[in-house]
Amino acid sequence: MPLVSFHNVEKTYRSLQGVEYGAVEHFSVEIEAGEFFCLLGPSGCGKTTVLKMLAGFEAPTAGHILMDGRPVQGASRDRGVVFQGDDSLYGWLTAVENVEFGLRMRHVRKADRRERAMHYLELVGLRGQEKKYPAELSGGMKQRIQIARVLANEPKMLLMDEPFAALDAQTRSLMQEELANIWHTTRTTVLFITHDIDEAVTLGKRIGVMRAGPRSQVKGVVEVALNGARSRTDDVFLQYYKQVYEMIRDEVAKAIARAD
Amino acid sequence: MPSKENPTARETNAGGRLFILGPGGAARRLWSVYGGYALGFVSLFLIWQLASLYVVSSVLFPPPTVVFSKGLLLVRNGVLLEHLAASMQRILAGFIAGSLLGIPIGLAMGSFWPVRKLLEPYTEFLRFIPSVAMITVAVIWFGIGEGAKIFLIIYTTIFIVILNTAAGVSAIAPNKIRAAQSLGATRAQIFFHVALPATVPYILTGMRLAMGNSFTTIVAAELIAANDGLGKMLWDGRLFMLVDEIFVSLVTLGLLGFAVDRMFRWSIYTFAGKYSPAT
Ligand SMILES: Nc1ncnc2c1ncn2[C@@H]1O[C@H](COP(=O)(O)OP(=O)(O)OP(=O)(O)O)[C@@H](O)[C@H]1O
Ligand SMILES: [Mg+2]
Repeated sequence: MPLVSFHNVEKTYRSLQGVEYGAVEHFSVEIEAGEFFCLLGPSGCGKTTVLKMLAGFEAPTAGHILMDGRPVQGASRDRGVVFQGDDSLYGWLTAVENVEFGLRMRHVRKADRRERAMHYLELVGLRGQEKKYPAELSGGMKQRIQIARVLANEPKMLLMDEPFAALDAQTRSLMQEELANIWHTTRTTVLFITHDIDEAVTLGKRIGVMRAGPRSQVKGVVEVALNGARSRTDDVFLQYYKQVYEMIRDEVAKAIARAD
Repeated sequence: MPSKENPTARETNAGGRLFILGPGGAARRLWSVYGGYALGFVSLFLIWQLASLYVVSSVLFPPPTVVFSKGLLLVRNGVLLEHLAASMQRILAGFIAGSLLGIPIGLAMGSFWPVRKLLEPYTEFLRFIPSVAMITVAVIWFGIGEGAKIFLIIYTTIFIVILNTAAGVSAIAPNKIRAAQSLGATRAQIFFHVALPATVPYILTGMRLAMGNSFTTIVAAELIAANDGLGKMLWDGRLFMLVDEIFVSLVTLGLLGFAVDRMFRWSIYTFAGKYSPAT
């Protein structure tokens, strides 16, 4: 049984003027336990919408989403979320206090939670920055605090919404490597949203490619049979890159045409 | 809090403005923050002095030197402090009570829409009746004692605090709440650990505005019905043509307001760096 399954999920937003917009429709996909699943698609196709429903922030208009065979109802600490953008950090808490927030809510002893928070801060390369407030950190650093905050909470599943989009190319590669390592050691199930083919092929075990909106769905799923370290110069890597590129090319063109 | 590595980062950003400082360190920083104020005040009193000596030379417009020596006299014989204490006590009592009532009401209105719908008619109706207009009613209800004045200050404080607090709650980024939910926080924890701290700068801003209005209200109330206070001092000054005393009272109000407002700005700034609503 898959850990997560979307069955014919539909999400329709109603604008303030009363106009309806079908973001996703007949969206179906299954994610196995321990899997690193990448959801790839052009901007505005509904990736964040899918994540918000699985996280439990918004209910689907139709269809159902199951986790562990039970319908998703509301947010839970089983599903840790790394948000797109940095407005989810707590500006009144220092970096380390942000990271230990979940542990504090569960009344973990101060010394223990501090130790764990410091461990994860070090993991994302923010050792020495723990006493700074979010306003004193760069965009990329804030994103890494979010990642550390979620990891420190040890959820069953990680939902990551374009977590590395704001990072420079070097830091992004390093973070991708770090995330791959974390996944290899913890085998936490990951739903990773991105619009970057390279990132998807680098990280994903399977890649779900979405159609351009409105009424977006999964166009197809590519299984990446690469094990261990993946190199961008490998022939096999390039093959996967091309395969995914062929699938998404038309969708990006459609998305841009519709935006005009 | 200033970080250890870079202790000047916050101080130089005093009051939200960025001062570009050359080398020179603490003395220069102090000068750039307070030097401007000192200069401003000196020039204000200088212009006043010149104006009253050469432009409107009249007993009805005493120069600051006369006002200050009169003020000093009134400080020595205790009269000024007595009036000042009377006004300040009323402001503080009403202001604290009004804030203590306004903050929870504002939080509830911002958090739960049924509460908002229920209370909005009260706040939206009452806040347009100026507290000065309520003086007559207050005196009829509470007599000329302390009750009437404290009631008026509460009245003038509470609506601004409610409005700002509720606005602060609505301005919280939804992702802050969502993050807490998926980190496992309970509703109560989200309220105390996310909603409340995120709203602090708005609450302080509401209180700061309310404090400004309290000055207007207390003077008006004391003009009409009081045995002491800075407003009473103004009234007596008019009755007995003690122009110097009127000016002493005016200057005291100005300085007091300035000092209290600085305190608020300072605390908003201290919190706002930390409790910045944006991030
Ligand atoms: N709350 C909302 N109300 C109305 N429409 C919405 C809402 N949220 C999203 N949409 C619409 O749904 C569509 C999908 O949005 P979504 O945020 O899921 O896109 P995305 O794939 O995450 O894009 P990006 O890669 O740019 O982040 C968009 O057309 C957007 O305008
Ligand atoms: Mg998105």
